[in-house]
Amino acid sequence: MVDETRRKKRLDRSIKVRTEGLYALSSWTEMLYLILPRALLIVGLLTLPLLLDMYWQRVLCAAGIYALLALGFDLLAEYVGLVCLGGAFFIGSGGYISGLLNAHLGWSALFCIPIATLGGAIFSTLVLIPALRLRGIYFAIISFMFPMFARYIIIALSIFGGTEGISALGTLPNVWTEIYLILVVVIIALFAIRRLVNEDIGLILRGIKDNDQAVKASGINITSYKIKAVFIASLLGSFGGAYLSHLYGWLGISLFAMDFSILPIAASVMGGMGTLAGPVLGAFALTPLSEALRGFGQLRVVIYCFILIGFIVYKPEGLLNYFQRKYHQFELWETV
Amino acid sequence: MDILVYGTVNSVTFALIALGFTLVYGVSRIPNFAHGSIYVLVGFLTYSFINDLTLNYPLAVFISLIIASIIGLIIYRFILIRLRGLPASEIIASFAVGLIILEGLRLQGIGGFKGFIGPFYMLPNFIEGKVCILGVFVNYQRLIIIGAGLAMIVGMSIFTHYTKLGLSLRAIAQDEHAAMMLGVNSDRTAMISMSIGSALAGLAAVTILPLGNITPEMGYHVLIYALAICIIGGLGSWWGAVFASFLLGFSMKLSTALFGAMWESVVLVGTIIFILLVKPSGLLGKQKEFEERV
Repeated sequence: MVDETRRKKRLDRSIKVRTEGLYALSSWTEMLYLILPRALLIVGLLTLPLLLDMYWQRVLCAAGIYALLALGFDLLAEYVGLVCLGGAFFIGSGGYISGLLNAHLGWSALFCIPIATLGGAIFSTLVLIPALRLRGIYFAIISFMFPMFARYIIIALSIFGGTEGISALGTLPNVWTEIYLILVVVIIALFAIRRLVNEDIGLILRGIKDNDQAVKASGINITSYKIKAVFIASLLGSFGGAYLSHLYGWLGISLFAMDFSILPIAASVMGGMGTLAGPVLGAFALTPLSEALRGFGQLRVVIYCFILIGFIVYKPEGLLNYFQRKYHQFELWETV
Repeated sequence: MDILVYGTVNSVTFALIALGFTLVYGVSRIPNFAHGSIYVLVGFLTYSFINDLTLNYPLAVFISLIIASIIGLIIYRFILIRLRGLPASEIIASFAVGLIILEGLRLQGIGGFKGFIGPFYMLPNFIEGKVCILGVFVNYQRLIIIGAGLAMIVGMSIFTHYTKLGLSLRAIAQDEHAAMMLGVNSDRTAMISMSIGSALAGLAAVTILPLGNITPEMGYHVLIYALAICIIGGLGSWWGAVFASFLLGFSMKLSTALFGAMWESVVLVGTIIFILLVKPSGLLGKQKEFEERV
């Protein structure tokens, strides 16, 4: 044993304490302290497309989709206790509904996306309802298998274009609509969910995560709350899917690919589970990273997994929690 | 007849695949999601030892099994040990290790390493030739699979119920703290369990792989089958696992015979989902039956 003569002590910054109540409104410094991180995120996301070229704008769109999925995953995993590995199912159902409406009925993309968002969310929630009785690893495995099942069914029946998929779907009017649509949705979804989890429903959901029997004993129908949470998460995923199929003008079984289930998890782990903003930032950091590593071929996945393991083992709190601590607290060494 | 014989072979194949995973996850509750990767890795190593280093077959198998168990040890000692008690992190981390192994095998030309290039990786059969059983021709390798599978199932069942080490494996799954109070070193036991489990995955690989090509994609399938069989059968129940693999093996063969090969995967995944929905604690599982569902 090393003889420890000093230890690290963490204290809240005084400004943090002053900004907690209504008195934050009393001075500009305090208000700036509160607004700065939020404004940084919003302004940063909204100005980013202006600085990038065509190729990286596309990457940014994909990052937005992963951010929505990561947000949904974080909501389900950290606030409801349902580790959902089936993000691809949300993407797939949203994408297929929107694409099929567009291809067969000829409706425009801007009209199809909202319908598919709602339709896909309702569909995937209905499919997941029987699985909601399960918890822990059982729910994780079942939700992991649904996208696979959907893919096999589409191949076996060769419906919806079979393995080839359907191409030449209608796309969005122009590139700026594409980018800002997804970015604005990500920002709205992020702040809406942050607000939601602090409302009563968020409290109940966290109760379900910690001790579902106790919540049940309080006379609350936990299944209906779980359904609501899954519906919200699948709403985000289905929007991502519907948007994706019109972004590339193509739909196929790769909408059910494992990437959509795995990358959001990595993003959540990296950004910090349970912070909601962390997974979004994680997705915006990881997707460009994996694009930049594309030149390495298969080494990409390997590097990617090393990052993931490194974060899980050495920094399990994630980036955002770390920065939050630095922002709100200061550290000093004191002798023991 | 065809269905009966090949269904049995299929089922025992599933059982062999799931055996190592059932030992590690079902019995001592450590999710080793790198199971499928170790399976493929052992196949690949054996192949390289035979063809590149020109070792003879049994020696190559032996060395690759040793390497597999060392890998299992390393995964536990350096990664999982820091994550005990956090099931989600354990799963993600071990799955990431698995991905590193699987995708790493596809790498080409780094430091003279050559990974999978074409679909031509095959292990030789133990004994060539075939025999006629009940009017169906079966080659000897399939018979060896059945024999090895049954022997291993019985062996592991005896090992976990009647030896000291086997009992301590089950003990840390049921109540880790109580086991530690009774003098079971839980980290060392878990480490041993990981290495035995990995070696079993390797053993399954060298027995089954002579029937087909070795591809990295197999790793994912093996993992999913193993997981499904382990859970459908019920955690910690050997006979449940055997039962589950027969269920899956025959449902797969029957669906191929009735509807055609297209429906094979649909029926397989559908069966798994259905059973998990109806009875999540498994067909014969007794362990922690009430904790798994609300």
